[in-house]
Amino acid sequence: MRATVLVIGAGHAGLAMSRCLTERSIDHVVLERGEVANSWKTERWDSLRLLTPNWQSRLPGYVYAGDDPHGYRTMAETVAFLQQYAEAISAPVRTNTEVTSVRRVEEGYAVSTNNGEWRARAVVLASGACNIANLPALAQALPSAIASLTPNQYRNPGQLPQGGVLVVGASATGVQLADEIQRSGHPVVLAVGEHIRMPRRYRGRDIQWWMDSAGILDQRYDEIDDLERARRVPSLQLAGYPDGRSVDLNALTSIGVRLVGRLAGLRDGKALFSGSLANQAALSDLKMNRLLDTIDYWAARAGRGAALEPPQRFEPTRIEASPPLSLELVRSGIRSVIWATGFRPDYSWLHVPVFDRKGRIRHDGGVVDAAGMYLMGAQFLRRRKSALIDGAGDDARELSAHLESHLQERRQAAA
Amino acid sequence: MTAVAEKEVKNGVNVAALLGAREALSKAPEAARFTWRATCKWVHGTHSRTSVKGYHGLGQEQSHRTEFTFDMDHPEVFASEDNGATPVEMVLTGLAGCLTAGVAAVAQHRKIQLRSVKATLEGGMDIQGILGIDADVRNGFDSINVTFDIDADATKEEIEALVAQSQKRSAVFDILTNPTNVSVSVN
Repeated sequence: MRATVLVIGAGHAGLAMSRCLTERSIDHVVLERGEVANSWKTERWDSLRLLTPNWQSRLPGYVYAGDDPHGYRTMAETVAFLQQYAEAISAPVRTNTEVTSVRRVEEGYAVSTNNGEWRARAVVLASGACNIANLPALAQALPSAIASLTPNQYRNPGQLPQGGVLVVGASATGVQLADEIQRSGHPVVLAVGEHIRMPRRYRGRDIQWWMDSAGILDQRYDEIDDLERARRVPSLQLAGYPDGRSVDLNALTSIGVRLVGRLAGLRDGKALFSGSLANQAALSDLKMNRLLDTIDYWAARAGRGAALEPPQRFEPTRIEASPPLSLELVRSGIRSVIWATGFRPDYSWLHVPVFDRKGRIRHDGGVVDAAGMYLMGAQFLRRRKSALIDGAGDDARELSAHLESHLQERRQAAA
Repeated sequence: MTAVAEKEVKNGVNVAALLGAREALSKAPEAARFTWRATCKWVHGTHSRTSVKGYHGLGQEQSHRTEFTFDMDHPEVFASEDNGATPVEMVLTGLAGCLTAGVAAVAQHRKIQLRSVKATLEGGMDIQGILGIDADVRNGFDSINVTFDIDADATKEEIEALVAQSQKRSAVFDILTNPTNVSVSVN
């Protein structure tokens, strides 16, 4: 089978690209291993809601039209939203078609699936940035009496054994799970490394509204100082709870979560925590306050200040004077550990030499270091918002333009 | 014609060279492997003398401009002769040197002129541990406190951010806050 372009993955990124290719009348097929929005449907915990408000999921040719623009979608609503989008744009999706191999061939790429062989002149990788949960090497040393779960395996507190839970990692996933599990009655210890503190609401508005309005989310990959760093920044400590509450470390301390430093080792059933917790909290407070300064400055310059609540600063993160440096896991009642230590994409099927020494794809703003190959949906791909549903549109518009000129060059070269 | 002068900051740190090294080493990570060495000889009693000169890095053997030596001993309250700093004071010395160098480097990178930087360190220790009196007391510091007094062309928040970033990038801070495998053998 042949298509000019194959898009791998029918999530928000692949669908946004499909829409942009259709607008350019570029023949393409979207290959999807499961159903549309498969990861949202099958790899998320039950209570998860999007971390961006409903109005912010603006896709090419499609916007939210419901009556709750400031709410946060449940996973079922997110799946329905993306399925409606796929229908609205008549995306040529082949479901239940899992890509097993992508190889370079003379005309472009040979793509093998469980449903037949494809040839295409260009390929768009939109298979997601969070396919595999990272497990630190030290997880191997966890005593066998303690249950070990990744966020992809976690569904709800009911599946956890009675007793305490160590949540490792305090980015978006870790803080949400710590909050839910502590509230369900399991005492939670949260191991905190580098993290990005963020208030859900500021001066009466959602923090995403501020970052969108002030242009922070539109900052481009080719105009910031340290792109490597920007692509590695941990996810924001946010949750999409209906009551709009924040899930920063102070909020977690208030409901009884015990904060400890980054998990630095596991020896003889004892967890060892870094002594750097106070500095991690200080770094994060300083960073948050710089963002709020930027926001206040923008609001004043844009003349928005008067219509909004006055600026405020939040209480510094409360860290106990001497946080524990070790914990006998079994003896202290810990019965399960959840590794909220980040995710990575799965490119085990990609047999094209485009990887750097860390196994990441080499690309320039999504233009992969292999002619006719493109990447979507990665952190800070082309803009700060690239990994958001709301970020797929601008990236797809620009990358589809690049892709079209690539096809034209190839045609001219062949003529 | 008006010329806007780039704010000139002189903290004595060659940031351009450091950034160049970072760029070069990210392309040749094997050259980033360093081995640091020290040699210690017993002198007498609790007095010892450690010297450092050679080290390995950037893919080859390297050397300090000269050999540096450090006398270590214990004070008279330990019935020693006090011929040098105690080893635990050397640990504080290492942390102070590392954090202070970091403050200067980060300040240079952020174009902040430093006028004075002073770090005061305290490490608390219950010596019942090293004397074997109470097995529940650890040998080492139970905590370390570092206080910086910094005079610079910067806001309080900017100075706090310098100090926080310096800790984030500090080798000795990492050595002290995270466990390290230490193997000791006899020839």
